[in-house]
Amino acid sequence: MDDAHGWLNSTLVYLAAAVVAVPLARLLGLGSIIGYLAAGIAIGPWGLQLVTDPKAMLGFAEFGVVLMLFLVGLELEPRRLWSLRRPIFGWGSVQLFGSALLIGGVALASGVDWRLALVAGLGLGMSSTAIGLGVLHERNLMPTTAGRNVLSVSLLQDVAAIPVLALLPLLAVAGAAGSVEAGGAGGGWLGAAKALGVIAAIIFGGRLLLRPALRWIARSETPEIFTAAALLLVVATAALMHSVGLSMALGAFLAGVLLADSEYRRELETDIEPFKGLLLGLFFIAVGMSIDFAVVARNPGLIAAVVASFVLIKAGVLWAMARTMPVPLAERPVFVVLLAQGGEFGFVVFQTAMGARLIEPEAASLLLAAVALSMLLTPLLLVLSDRWLVPRLALMSVRAAGPALDEIHDEQHAPIIICGFGRYGQIVGRLINAGGLTATVLEHDAEQLEAVRRFGWPAFYGDATRLDLLRMAGAAKARVIVVAMDDSVQCLALVDLAQQHFAQATLVVRARNATDWSALHLRGVQHIERETLDAALMSGRSVLQAMGWQPHAARTQALRFRQHSIELMKVMAPHLGDEKKLIAVAKQGRAQLEETWARERAERQAASRRPGWHPDDGSPD
Amino acid sequence: MAQILVIAAHPQLEHSRTTRRLLQAAVEIDPARVAVRDLYSLYPDYLVDVAAEQAALATARLVVWLHPVHWYSMPPLMKLWLDEVFAFRWAYGPGGRALYGKHLWLVASTGGLEDSYRPDGYNRYFFDAFLHPYDQTAALTGMRWLPPLLLHGAHQADEAALQAHAALFAQLLQSWPAWPEIDAMQAAPVCNVPGDARPVEPN
Repeated sequence: MDDAHGWLNSTLVYLAAAVVAVPLARLLGLGSIIGYLAAGIAIGPWGLQLVTDPKAMLGFAEFGVVLMLFLVGLELEPRRLWSLRRPIFGWGSVQLFGSALLIGGVALASGVDWRLALVAGLGLGMSSTAIGLGVLHERNLMPTTAGRNVLSVSLLQDVAAIPVLALLPLLAVAGAAGSVEAGGAGGGWLGAAKALGVIAAIIFGGRLLLRPALRWIARSETPEIFTAAALLLVVATAALMHSVGLSMALGAFLAGVLLADSEYRRELETDIEPFKGLLLGLFFIAVGMSIDFAVVARNPGLIAAVVASFVLIKAGVLWAMARTMPVPLAERPVFVVLLAQGGEFGFVVFQTAMGARLIEPEAASLLLAAVALSMLLTPLLLVLSDRWLVPRLALMSVRAAGPALDEIHDEQHAPIIICGFGRYGQIVGRLINAGGLTATVLEHDAEQLEAVRRFGWPAFYGDATRLDLLRMAGAAKARVIVVAMDDSVQCLALVDLAQQHFAQATLVVRARNATDWSALHLRGVQHIERETLDAALMSGRSVLQAMGWQPHAARTQALRFRQHSIELMKVMAPHLGDEKKLIAVAKQGRAQLEETWARERAERQAASRRPGWHPDDGSPD
Repeated sequence: MAQILVIAAHPQLEHSRTTRRLLQAAVEIDPARVAVRDLYSLYPDYLVDVAAEQAALATARLVVWLHPVHWYSMPPLMKLWLDEVFAFRWAYGPGGRALYGKHLWLVASTGGLEDSYRPDGYNRYFFDAFLHPYDQTAALTGMRWLPPLLLHGAHQADEAALQAHAALFAQLLQSWPAWPEIDAMQAAPVCNVPGDARPVEPN
């Protein structure tokens, strides 16, 4: 009875704290993570003392991170992951070992024992995957350059955590007396073989068994059982990895990747999402609770110095990386801030090191407090950079980002502005140029810009979704604005901006897919082209011709189909608009395509029976 | 619904002197009376919306064809329009009475002077000879063929002549059907096309 009572009580406390603190934090413009952290501090041993054992809660809540990595894996098909191998192993290593080296070096220089310096370097070099990926999701930054690189670095840290944790007990042996079993993949060759075996089992099992199993479960048509299966899958993978001393999160990530191209991806995503959200929230609450304010109160100056110096060192390394990679100037603050704090792995590293008697408990709790404080600092830094740094950088990239890129210095006057000069914009540009018209070109990608310049185009560097830049490009007087960027989010943002501020200009917009097309149509844009439609129709024409159709009949069929397809899109657009949730829209996409085809066939059959327009009708002769 | 429908076709309207002016004159009249369909701007890809065209024709009582004469005939898009819109069993043939009783009025311009359209001119025939296909199209669909409004030597016409021509066009659009010619016209000829004059339809 007492036990049940305790469980009820703590659930009550956690939920109430989260429900009060998170909306409050968001209201203040601080983001949900800081809300959770504050809630944790408030209910923890140093606040209202409603919960006194944060460690247990932390262990449980870490599963939120595992679920998150499963979801991240679901978004990454194996092919895309493979294409990320360089950023992961190259840049990821630069970040982790570069930071570790510098932090350890500074620690050594300030007279710390070499073992402590090494442990501190490695532990503080790790970043918080929970915060990094959490913020990326919250702000929908995953597809940006910064987002991809944050993911790459986080993945490497997950991988690197394994040898690092395995190394600590060995260090202890080298340094003094200690026990080996505290470590990770303990057991030398046997352990390594086991670990490899488990990874192989996950990969082959995932490929061969998971899908039929999911299909079988889905056929039972009991939604909660599918949810249970999804959770079981993640828990089982995590447990399997844990049993051989590998990172649970890494295992979940692998399982996610293996299911990324399966038909159940969306279902799995929608099922796991709420658990992930709640557990991550719990995780941050636990972090907030575990900040040992007694240690902080004893050495306020030292803690502040540790936090400030390790965050600054990491930020320096990250900024240098961002410059070389390169990450676009305006995205750099996010990239740096999201990886500069200490993270979950830091906790584990320090606790393991303490267990192996590599470092003193006092030093461990000081480092733990430093990591927790740096995590608390991240959302605050993010808010600061949003309010203060990003606008300034944006301005800088127009005015003084360096002479290598020609930003617009003087106001331009061409009647046409082409935003985005990749494969799409270039064709538009060449056509109108051949027609004797000139256009001002804005391109966001420096490399692309260089290539275009070599062909003699007067293109300018800049983010076309910025109002000041558009004004400089002459948008206030332009007759036509061509929106041809790759990124659909940016395209929509630019359309909104142009409709609000440059209503005189006709918008000619590229749509990546049907969803974008509908979004643009609902905004009242008149000239929208789905980028694949016409090319695909031309191919369809070729197929019809190859099958013996007369060229002209194939052409007419293709043109009719085109018109039909656009009409259908118009009919469907408002329904797409009703679905506010992006996931639901994506799910619908496939069904709608099939419906389109079915309607298309039905109408064609009806048309061939209907007298009046069949080609065979002929004309009076 | 407008009772006058102007079907205009000029493949290079930007170079036009006459057709553009006449088109403008038609557009300026109350759209409740005159509806204008500029084929080359509606169908730049030559994909005629047959259903829309037939619907527009259904409500009209006077159909005006406004185009320059090219190679003694209508511009190609207009011919395509005619081929597809004036369909068997709709405009002619069994049950094809959609256009029956409407008036068809050609408003055309030629580059050659009126003198060239003579047996001793370089066009060898009187212009009427080139109008037989139009006249018969009207007859086959049961439309009344009104006397055409022609401007010969359109390239050489001066500003005043063009303005006068456009004004006359506008005035005739306004006054139709109160034209003296219409009262004097004979009954339309009757042409019946048998149902087996066309290939059998599929299905």
